[in-house]
Amino acid sequence: MAEELLLAILLTSVPLILAATGELVAEKSGVLNLGVEGMMLMGAVAAFGVASLTGSPYLGILGGGLAGLLISLIFAVFVLGLATNQVATGLALTIFGTGLSGLIGAPLVGQSIDGLPSLIIPWISDIPMIGAFFRLDFLAYLSVILVGLTAYVLNYTQFGLVLRAVGINHDSAHALGYPVLRVRFMAVLFGGFMAGLGGGYLPLVLTPHWAEGMTSGRGWIALALVVFASWQPWRVTAGAILFGGITIMQLVGQARGWAVPSQFLSMLPYFATITVLVLISRGGRIQFGAPAHLGKNFLITR
Amino acid sequence: MNRSMLLLLIAVIALGGIYFYNSSTTKEEVSADEPLKVGFVYLTNPGDHGWTYAHEVGRQQLQDHFGDQIVTSYVENVPEGPDATRVIRELVADGNQIIFTTSFGYMEQTLKVAGENPDVIFDHITGYKRAENMATGNIRFYEGRYVQGVVAGMTTKSNQIGYLAAFPIPEVIQGINSFARGLRSVNKDATIKVVWVNSWYDPVKEADAAKVLIAEGADVLAQHTDSPAMLQTAEKAGAKGFGQSSDMHEFAPNAQLFASVNNWGPYYIDQVQKVIDGTWSTGDGPDHWAGNTWKGIGDDFLVLSEFKNMTDDVAAAAAAARDGIAESSLNIFEGPMMDNKGNIILNAGEVLDDGGLWAMNYYVEGVEGNIPN
Repeated sequence: MAEELLLAILLTSVPLILAATGELVAEKSGVLNLGVEGMMLMGAVAAFGVASLTGSPYLGILGGGLAGLLISLIFAVFVLGLATNQVATGLALTIFGTGLSGLIGAPLVGQSIDGLPSLIIPWISDIPMIGAFFRLDFLAYLSVILVGLTAYVLNYTQFGLVLRAVGINHDSAHALGYPVLRVRFMAVLFGGFMAGLGGGYLPLVLTPHWAEGMTSGRGWIALALVVFASWQPWRVTAGAILFGGITIMQLVGQARGWAVPSQFLSMLPYFATITVLVLISRGGRIQFGAPAHLGKNFLITR
Repeated sequence: MNRSMLLLLIAVIALGGIYFYNSSTTKEEVSADEPLKVGFVYLTNPGDHGWTYAHEVGRQQLQDHFGDQIVTSYVENVPEGPDATRVIRELVADGNQIIFTTSFGYMEQTLKVAGENPDVIFDHITGYKRAENMATGNIRFYEGRYVQGVVAGMTTKSNQIGYLAAFPIPEVIQGINSFARGLRSVNKDATIKVVWVNSWYDPVKEADAAKVLIAEGADVLAQHTDSPAMLQTAEKAGAKGFGQSSDMHEFAPNAQLFASVNNWGPYYIDQVQKVIDGTWSTGDGPDHWAGNTWKGIGDDFLVLSEFKNMTDDVAAAAAAARDGIAESSLNIFEGPMMDNKGNIILNAGEVLDDGGLWAMNYYVEGVEGNIPN
């Protein structure tokens, strides 16, 4: 019974892990993309559409990632190419993605697909509790690999060093001859791809149907997680699982009749999200180890 | 590069997004000879399941029934809030003579526009405020939940029923209690675990809640939320459940026992006929939350979809309960009735009236836990 609950916690946190890891990379390069919710919805509708048309949920994963990448391309062109305000453009991206996904998804409403199957790893999955970690699906396993790769590239490769340098001080990075805009461009597209995968996880695994606005604010939680985790990939993962844990345990608490008001617990993650978003938008004084040039546009002046 | 031009461009994109998402596509079915114009306001895209879909089916029945005599149109994705006022005003400006606003959250907005336009008739679903030219309609949804309780009581092996609820408002409490009455009428050992999702519509959370309830031992699930996520989760886990607002068996061919389907067609046809005849009034129905018109299974306002995935004797018991409610020979809230703390609510022979139904602030026997404040 407890193992099933652990499994539920893990599954519900996968979309957050994926989307937040992608956003983390974009933010490390200095770009704040508030369009995560919109990118996730585009990923969700594309993943479902592709899986439904081709009958293959694995192609759906690809479709979701690519859709997220494509819509983040719009963001990249505006913010990097035309130096528009990152906050405004990100919000516009969320609204745009929400609307466009609804439009594209209209004919898909009411359909049902066979989602990604669980890939149960023999032997290990029989271990009590720990076994839950080995009863996941392809995309969930992939998310762990992607987090590991992200952590590795950011912390142990030259590309990662350059990316972080660009986020900390784009003028210095530029003076040293690093291609600031190109690095940020790739980081934003990676963020879009990951948000698309995260969104795709909803219809491919959690609820095998498409519905308008089905992410219900998870994009915003992913954004907040990045800050909570002070821009560290493994902390993002831990934070996502913690969030999943709160979500599931408050439901368990209700089912078992614990005397905790459910509204309060339901509200908690969103309350924390709002607090953190306020802090981000105030900028300046409060820093959690944020990239120093987060949210600042780079204009080539010399 | 001109920054203000770019900001303008972004604003245009954003507004474009809002346009797609919110503000509505108006689709008309046109016919000849100055027909009566009937407008509808929908909360979401009708799609093909759930609350708004049920209204869309009703609108189509209405159009088919009157043919050339009327023109119906609808505006979809109208948020509950100030924006609804604008949409309702637009429908008035378009010449609609009767306007149905199909969500609780349009109550104040409908009332406001009704005050401004005394010559137009408004019909709000479901609310409790009305005016000379504004009536309210509602369905006795709880009747279907009694039948669900009967089926659940005879289907469950673990004697644990999971119940996903949206918000602790009277309509939802009514449904839980009605379900419990049905459940306990056939199975004295079964109990209901209620989980509040605090949302009408959050598929992922609904799926999470369903998983938790199944992990906690429930093998039959009921829902007072809108998405098919619970049924899909039940299907995957080999549990059973009931559909909401419309038939959801395509999402869960092995899990759905039946769905309580909201059938608004007869109500719309009746109201529009009265407008055409010139006999429309707010009616003399009960003056409380339920509205002027509050009908259920007996008037086909609520229809139960085909009984599936159950044995013949369960289906027969379900049919008997349904028919008993329809013929008024079965009264769901008839004493003796106790709350889940053991207090007597009704003595033998006493019957809860409609006012009592809307004043429920207790769980009846068979429901675990307390109603959240």
